Amino acid sequence: MSTATLSRVTLSHLDWLESEAIHIMREVAGQCSNPVLLFSGGKDSICMLRIAEKAFRPGRFPFPLMHIDTGHNYREVTDFRDRRAAELGERLIVRSVEDSMARGTVVLKSADEPRNKHQSVTLLEAIEEFGFDACIGGARRDEEKARAKERIFSFRDEFGQWDPKNQRPELWDLYNARSFKGENMRVFPISNWTEIDVWQYIEREHLALPSIYFAHRRPIVRRSGGLLPVTEVTPARPGDSIENLMVRFRTVGDITCTAPVESDAASVTAIIAETAITTITERGATRLDDQTSDASMEQRKKEGYF
Amino acid sequence: MSAIEKLPTEAIPDNGLLRFLTCGSVDDGKSTLIGRLLFDSKTILADTLHAIQRTSARRGLDIVDLSLLTDGLQAEREQGITIDVAYRYFTTGTRKYIIADAPGHEQYTRNMVTAASTADLAIILIDARKGVLTQTRRHSYLAHLVGIPHIVVAVNKMDLVDYSPATFARIRSDYLAFATALGITDVRFIPMSALNGDMIVDRGERLDWYDGPTLLDILENVPALHGEHAEKFRFPVQYVCRPQDAANPELHDYRGFMGRVESGELAIGDAVTVLPSGRETRVKDIQILGESLPRTVAEQSVTILLEDEIDISRGDMIVKTGELPKIARQIDAMLCWLSESPLDPRRKYLLRHTTRDSKAMLAGIAFRVDINSMEQQAAERLAMNDIARVSFKLAQPIFADPYAESRGTGAFIVIDESSNNTVAAGMIV
Repeated sequence: MSTATLSRVTLSHLDWLESEAIHIMREVAGQCSNPVLLFSGGKDSICMLRIAEKAFRPGRFPFPLMHIDTGHNYREVTDFRDRRAAELGERLIVRSVEDSMARGTVVLKSADEPRNKHQSVTLLEAIEEFGFDACIGGARRDEEKARAKERIFSFRDEFGQWDPKNQRPELWDLYNARSFKGENMRVFPISNWTEIDVWQYIEREHLALPSIYFAHRRPIVRRSGGLLPVTEVTPARPGDSIENLMVRFRTVGDITCTAPVESDAASVTAIIAETAITTITERGATRLDDQTSDASMEQRKKEGYF
Repeated sequence: MSAIEKLPTEAIPDNGLLRFLTCGSVDDGKSTLIGRLLFDSKTILADTLHAIQRTSARRGLDIVDLSLLTDGLQAEREQGITIDVAYRYFTTGTRKYIIADAPGHEQYTRNMVTAASTADLAIILIDARKGVLTQTRRHSYLAHLVGIPHIVVAVNKMDLVDYSPATFARIRSDYLAFATALGITDVRFIPMSALNGDMIVDRGERLDWYDGPTLLDILENVPALHGEHAEKFRFPVQYVCRPQDAANPELHDYRGFMGRVESGELAIGDAVTVLPSGRETRVKDIQILGESLPRTVAEQSVTILLEDEIDISRGDMIVKTGELPKIARQIDAMLCWLSESPLDPRRKYLLRHTTRDSKAMLAGIAFRVDINSMEQQAAERLAMNDIARVSFKLAQPIFADPYAESRGTGAFIVIDESSNNTVAAGMIV
């Protein structure tokens, strides 16, 4: 027996996380008949595309990409989304919350209401339209309390609901993706990653990102302790004092509820340095809609949110 | 305050990743222990800390309740207990940790087994005032059954027994008495107070008589490997890549066998056997995204190319020639029944082992283990949380090793096709 066999190599933590995520994606491909990968142009889903490349190249991805567009996205992000899908030569499906509004299946309480939670309706409509039996997403367990308890393969009933008290046991790396028609699985290959892991991976793999992840100057008003960018959908109110601040976004979602943080980090390396010493958790700083109540994410997931 | 000012900003010298499990009775202070690990390793961020400070104040507490950090679901907040496995993450600068926080209640044994299945180390909490309880024995038995190689017994709440060395020594000898009988060999004991932070990350000043490592010292130094012996190469095929890209004739004959190395290592040129066909060939290449690797090791996801054209599909297994697993149509196993619907001996179930599925029928129950007394009892049927030695007859052969030698090829789950639920976890003996 060679000595090489005896001295077992331990994977670095990033290699281990990447390998786990590749394994999960291949299980989806092996077990599900019609999966889809949710791709928003955000940093987590950008990592997911690299993992999909490592999982399936030189073949095509065994699933299309899909974005549920709130209509409130930054142009830089949707442009990036389209460009990246084209570079990879993979099919991108875009389904729009605004179409659901036109159909009357999404009814807003007010015109400027955040549309994140309404993505659930459009997502469920798209799942039904295409008959998807699995949606692969980039959610992480470190993002939020309810997510910390969700399985990697998370079963949803025909209403898209997650039942936290009745989750399938998930043992070893033996995933059970079985579902009946109309039900589906949500699959989270980077469940075990933290925000810093994501940034380290982006740095290691030299992944391109939409420009708004890096420090740039933009008009901002300060509201309820957070920074609110002044945009067409979030105009300044009378009496607001508008500042031209150096900011970057840590998450890129619906404009009305995705706030930037003050920063002069212009590179991934600088962001990693900042992320490691930051004192605000990712969703806390930047997702105004999660602060509604302690249980708001759990509530939304039960309703079919990702 | 800046709760994480000491987090590393430099590239992390990487000592890999360690997954560990915490288990104990409801009031042993498990959530406080985890909160303390996160807090003292400077992993808690300011807004999270503010949120739990607010909640602590609202509940009329005059100190910050660190257990709130791991308190996830609405139902748990209502009942004040942990009902499902919660995963937590922290890094020390040298190692990344994944904590599985398993519930202590008896009816949630299935979640404890779930958490244990991926853990390299288990922390078993004991309340110093109460000593070794039935629950302690049960958790230790499960941790051992699921093959967790390292066990740390955390004797918590030492502050409530005046940090008494005699109490600690008594609990230690009580624990060893039953652990030795179970066959648990790698076990360490730490006296601690999670509430005050003694012997978790910092040593504190009240346990001078204890000269062993702190909890974090142990976590930092334990080998992050399931087994330290040389393992046999096992590669269950997950997916076959046949690009057949008309625009690229080079890919015309490409057949990549994709999967994750469950155990062992493989190098280009090695002789391999493919199961179930038994065909032999050699490794032509090992790839990740077009890059060729000279060899691959356990837990790595790769694509293997072979010298000869062999028909291989998902569920097949590539092994080194001369190191064949058992090709089994009947298996003996320790089974943990996880479902509310009891095992029905007349029904056929689906057994999933590696990437392979087979119909399975119960061939017999040798005994059920009473996990309170560890006694073996005769049993006709199995209900939720029962653990038993059983045998199954399989419609298709599986390529199996004893679980004690290889978790990846010794473990299986049982699926009820009428509900699609995972109803049992099995370990081949």
